Amino acid sequence: MSNRRPYVRSMDGWWKRDAYFVSYMAREVTSVFVAAYAVVLLAGLVRLGQGEAAFNGWLQYLTTPWMKVFHLIVLAVFCYHTWSWFKIMPKTMPIMFVGGKRVQPGTITGTGLAAAVVACLAVLFIVGGVS
Amino acid sequence: MADTEKIIEIEVLRYRPEQDKEPVWQTYKVPFTDDMSVLQGVQYIKDYLDETVSFRWSCRMAICGSCGMMIDDKPKLSCKTFLRDYYPGKLRVEALKHLPIERDLIVDATDFMKKLESIKPYIIPKEERTLAQGEYLQTPQQRDMYEQFSSCINCMLCYAACPQYGLNPKFTGPGILALMHRYNADSRDGGQAERNELGYADEGYWGCTAVGYCSEVCPKGVDPANAINQNKMNSAINYFTRFITPGGADK
Repeated sequence: MSNRRPYVRSMDGWWKRDAYFVSYMAREVTSVFVAAYAVVLLAGLVRLGQGEAAFNGWLQYLTTPWMKVFHLIVLAVFCYHTWSWFKIMPKTMPIMFVGGKRVQPGTITGTGLAAAVVACLAVLFIVGGVS
Repeated sequence: MADTEKIIEIEVLRYRPEQDKEPVWQTYKVPFTDDMSVLQGVQYIKDYLDETVSFRWSCRMAICGSCGMMIDDKPKLSCKTFLRDYYPGKLRVEALKHLPIERDLIVDATDFMKKLESIKPYIIPKEERTLAQGEYLQTPQQRDMYEQFSSCINCMLCYAACPQYGLNPKFTGPGILALMHRYNADSRDGGQAERNELGYADEGYWGCTAVGYCSEVCPKGVDPANAINQNKMNSAINYFTRFITPGGADK
């Protein structure tokens, strides 16, 4: 008879065990805020379909103090979301060479962040031009 | 000139299956010098304080991959980690997380070994060549596509760093998937179709959620997170094109 009795340790509370896991969970949680904000925008689309008065009502609702606080929170969370996902982006890409030299992870992350900033500025510019 | 002798406390997570219901901490006071690794500290315990403490080790120079353990809760090679970095505090050593403890600091590596064998970790030649035809040629850039992934020493630190493996041991796990990629990415290899059945399965590349800690703790710079995640695109393309490629839907 074997005396072996391998002991399996519990995974309870695993994500609190290491700061690295906490930042990973924070990155994942930001996706919930992205989904929540998509719901807000979808609600706007539905209101738009119901006519001008309904849409203006939705716009009015966005200017209430609670919604302003909500937007500030979402903005902060989105910044972390953008940074954390572009940080992991080099892991998701095949090894690339430019001019015979390997593209460094920092370059990939930096390019992604720069693209995000340019896209945000472009949207702000277009919206500013329209209104 | 000899270093002045200092004493550091090492807490070892003991587990003796014949007497312990569950693991227990035991503290040892170890005299050390600045050039001593954690492995040497544990060896001192076994040689002079308590011969019943069990652990694996071999090369003492970070190439055999035997002496991995949790050192203050971080997966590290104990031969490559120094006691002086923890002094004057104490340090805790524990068997690698997410793997069953066989005894004290020794983990049960059966699952890892079985998975390692299953991915055919060797080159399956794309074309059979006779000796007269000469060697399989490769450009430096073709070599660069797999070289870093070939540095794996099977130390399993990445498994101790991977919560997905801890939560679901069916997941093939970082090190083995990185090795799978190492062979698949080799221009001389033609075994991709055989290996991808495992890679594209739920327990394969998709079991990874890009935590990325495996790549942080790897003592050889393998970057398993990159090896795994760059294959998700191929897997997705394979999934959607299998219906339109001849014979693709059979798999």
